[in-house]
Amino acid sequence: MTITGADILVRCLQDEGIEHIFGYPGGAALHIYDAIYKQDQVKHILVRHEQGATHAADGYARSTGKPGVVLVTSGPGVTNTITGIATAYMDSIPMVVICGQVPSGLIGDDAFQEVDTVGITRPCVKHNFLVKDVNDIASTMKKAFHIAMSGRPGPVVVDVPKDITAEQTEYSYPDSVSMRSYQPNTKGNPKQITKGVDLLLSAKKPIIYTGGGVVIGNASEQLRELVSLLKYPSTSTLMGLGAIPASDPDFLGMLGMHGTYEANMAMHDCDVMIAIGARFDDRVTGDLEKFSPDTRIVQIDIDPSSIGKNVKVEVPIVGDCAEVLAAMSKELAGRLDEIDRPAINQWWNLVSEWRSIDSLAYNPSDDVIKPQFVVEKALELTNGNAYITSDVGQHQMWAAQYYTFENPRRWINSGGLGTMGFGLPAAIGVQLAHPDETVVCITGDASIIMCIQELSTCLQYGLPIKVLNLNNRYMGMVRQWQEFFYDRRYSHSYMDALPDFVSLAESFGHVGMRVEKPQDVEVALKEAFEMKDRLVFIDVMTDHTENVYPMIAAGKGHNEMVLKPGCGKDQQERELA
Amino acid sequence: MRRIISVLLENEAGALSRVAGLFSARGYNIESLTVAPTDDPSLSRMTIVTRGTDAIIEQITKQLNKLVDVVKLIDLTEGAHIERELMLVKVTVTASNSEQREEVARLIGIFRGRIIDVTELTYTLEMTGSTSKADAFLDALSQVEIIEVVRSGVSGIGRGKRALKA
Ligand SMILES: Cc1ncc(C[n+]2csc(CCOP(=O)(O)OP(=O)(O)O)c2C)c(N)n1
Repeated sequence: MTITGADILVRCLQDEGIEHIFGYPGGAALHIYDAIYKQDQVKHILVRHEQGATHAADGYARSTGKPGVVLVTSGPGVTNTITGIATAYMDSIPMVVICGQVPSGLIGDDAFQEVDTVGITRPCVKHNFLVKDVNDIASTMKKAFHIAMSGRPGPVVVDVPKDITAEQTEYSYPDSVSMRSYQPNTKGNPKQITKGVDLLLSAKKPIIYTGGGVVIGNASEQLRELVSLLKYPSTSTLMGLGAIPASDPDFLGMLGMHGTYEANMAMHDCDVMIAIGARFDDRVTGDLEKFSPDTRIVQIDIDPSSIGKNVKVEVPIVGDCAEVLAAMSKELAGRLDEIDRPAINQWWNLVSEWRSIDSLAYNPSDDVIKPQFVVEKALELTNGNAYITSDVGQHQMWAAQYYTFENPRRWINSGGLGTMGFGLPAAIGVQLAHPDETVVCITGDASIIMCIQELSTCLQYGLPIKVLNLNNRYMGMVRQWQEFFYDRRYSHSYMDALPDFVSLAESFGHVGMRVEKPQDVEVALKEAFEMKDRLVFIDVMTDHTENVYPMIAAGKGHNEMVLKPGCGKDQQERELA
Repeated sequence: MRRIISVLLENEAGALSRVAGLFSARGYNIESLTVAPTDDPSLSRMTIVTRGTDAIIEQITKQLNKLVDVVKLIDLTEGAHIERELMLVKVTVTASNSEQREEVARLIGIFRGRIIDVTELTYTLEMTGSTSKADAFLDALSQVEIIEVVRSGVSGIGRGKRALKA
């Protein structure tokens, strides 16, 4: 029996076990939309802007580990997805984006709604395909999912001309895929693993530095095992939070530009570092010239090009984090007596001194709402069990610093690209995947407006997301940089003419709340979290003068952090004047 | 340092632009790039001449390997290898100036090239060799007026048993 290319596409999704796809129709995709209409196994979520579809699929993928799937039409449908595709690419998120294209015969003619989809997406995808024959659809889809999910995951675009979706052929979905040009290595070279273990055991001032690769690679359990064997100080990037429970005494908190004092000092002073699924991003390392001057590095990564890219690595191990860590722990377990415990204890003493500075302490207030306090209250009221999505700015850093994550895949944010507008649509994907869990989008007054239209999607699908808007009437992070580095010339960072978020939420059919006094925060949040079946938009008027601390300014090293004014008496000299 | 990287990649539309895009996006330089199908028509072989520190070359090879279309690659300059480039040069040598015609014919003989086209006013010369030999030939032609130069870019192959096969 023959069926159309459009039906084949949908059958592929069914056979791939896809439950939800996020999309927006248009001319070139209409055959595919018709195929979707004729079945109910794959549920289509209609967003309000294609960027929202990509972020929603992304949030779905981040919170589940399954691939996110997007369906859009040609031309503007595709160009609207670029930000979302690039966001997923930078954070290695598995995603398959199916794009309608003008009919084959019109490609290259500047046809209505034609863009060179393969060309325009090439720099921000793991791979992309233009399907030219209806007989290739099934094998291309199989490859697309395989590439998106394996090795270092990432987004894959499948561009399908309209005529191809109308043509007919027999359907059969391949069971497996083998590509001579694509065979990611997962195992890790045993000799390198032993070398890594040797180096770890020789350490006197070690640090375990972990990143998003641990979360994406489902290696949290193996990482916890390693940490519990070694009991070395451990830190995580923004992307890796939750892989080690924040409550683990070995965990020093996040490192990097707004990381804790103890994490960054330990990174700077260590003699052996093991980097696991982390890529030495500039927001993490600060000035490379000053980065961890005396350290010897073991690095585990599935992507060989991430190893030794920014810093010199003594023991590179290419492989899947979970597999490599398991092998390491196995070897370590028999050799724990080689650890120089007295030296490690001494190192811990130093680390504890740094920790005692309490670099995340902030000045509470009875008059103005401190944003950190709001995040702490949200943590308390959700028992630390919520899924938190976020946008970009100060609120994102406060969420990362004060919502302490105990488990992986709970912290959903755009770390690599830093995409404002990510939080709300991402929360859609998370809430769909986890209908009974609390999903909170911690956002800012500027970011939330970038994809505010998705409030409408939330109503259509009854998604009871809690939007926690830390409203400081500014692009706070921009304002902070202007305060520090541009002599308080606040160029275009004041959010003039903000909407009334309460009535805005209400006009979208949701519940809106405004909180203006510190005393009201707890009551309001409690009430909001108790509304299990409603989206509640909580507009919290926060202290607009508050800044994110600690901070490593551009061009500075880990040991040159700026601490919060008044924090750690003997550290005063480190403060900005 | 100058490196010659040989790449086997799927002979598919877009594969070339992925490689070219990678070089421009990451700011690597390309001195020359040649590509054509191999004896197996499903594969193309590309030769890229580039320059960079060891760290940059390492990144280039890793990033190339990461492209889904790339099957295999080697850095030819890491071992014994042969490089060849085809160069076509059109020069002005009028039939009346027999002395100059003889001089050009003598030079092309020294460089083991050939004269492949002759008109009243011009010679078209062909030579193959390494990039440095081609450069040297152009230097040697400095006395004549060069109308145009066409260089193919480098193709390379390993010496002896060293081979790049899928
Ligand atoms: C799409 C996009 N445009 C611009 C930026 C640059 N940027 C980073 S943070 C920020 C301000 C964010 O303001 P807001 O959402 O109010 O958060 P706050 O910092 O006040 O918490 C801006 C403009 C960005 N990250 N993303």
